[in-house]
Amino acid sequence: MDASQALADLTEISSQIEAAVLFDEGGAVLGSTLDDAAAGEELVRSAGSLLAGTGEFRSGDAAVTQLEASTRDGSVFVVRDEGRCIVATTAPDPTVGLVFYDLKSCLRGAAEEPEKPKRRRRAAPKSEEPAE
Amino acid sequence: MRRKLLALAGFATGLFAGTFLYRRSSGRRRDRIDVYFADGSMVSFVDGSPEAERLLPVARRALAAARR
Repeated sequence: MDASQALADLTEISSQIEAAVLFDEGGAVLGSTLDDAAAGEELVRSAGSLLAGTGEFRSGDAAVTQLEASTRDGSVFVVRDEGRCIVATTAPDPTVGLVFYDLKSCLRGAAEEPEKPKRRRRAAPKSEEPAE
Repeated sequence: MRRKLLALAGFATGLFAGTFLYRRSSGRRRDRIDVYFADGSMVSFVDGSPEAERLLPVARRALAAARR
């Protein structure tokens, strides 16, 4: 499944998510639900700042895997998994667990290799049994 | 009789004030950032902490960008 298909599935499944952008660890946008590319890039920059900023609060090796910034205007979610990240915004007071679950499903979906069409094997020609 | 009425009025006023304060405090959501780490730990920074003061404006910018 490609990034745009994963995002289309996400917005279909989760009515709470207003906008979502998939990006890689380098900050390159892989897919976005926003029509405005500049807004998508701004969202990715903010997500990168949030990940970097929260990562500094921990002295150990454990990396930040997900975060939720909750404000009166809405929430910002960032989830990171195997080199890919997703940032999403919601209205205030979302169902946090459900949003995280949907975002992780989207990341997994985007990481899946697209299915190749299966080739049908030709049936082996029937060998005629020798008549006794 | 007058003393009883005063006590009742005082009780009612206290009840009303308590309800009002409770509703006001529970109704006001505090902005915060919840961070989850790979080892399963989680930390929450509420509005007013130095960490939240630094990162909540970033989140507000992200929300504004998404709604542009």
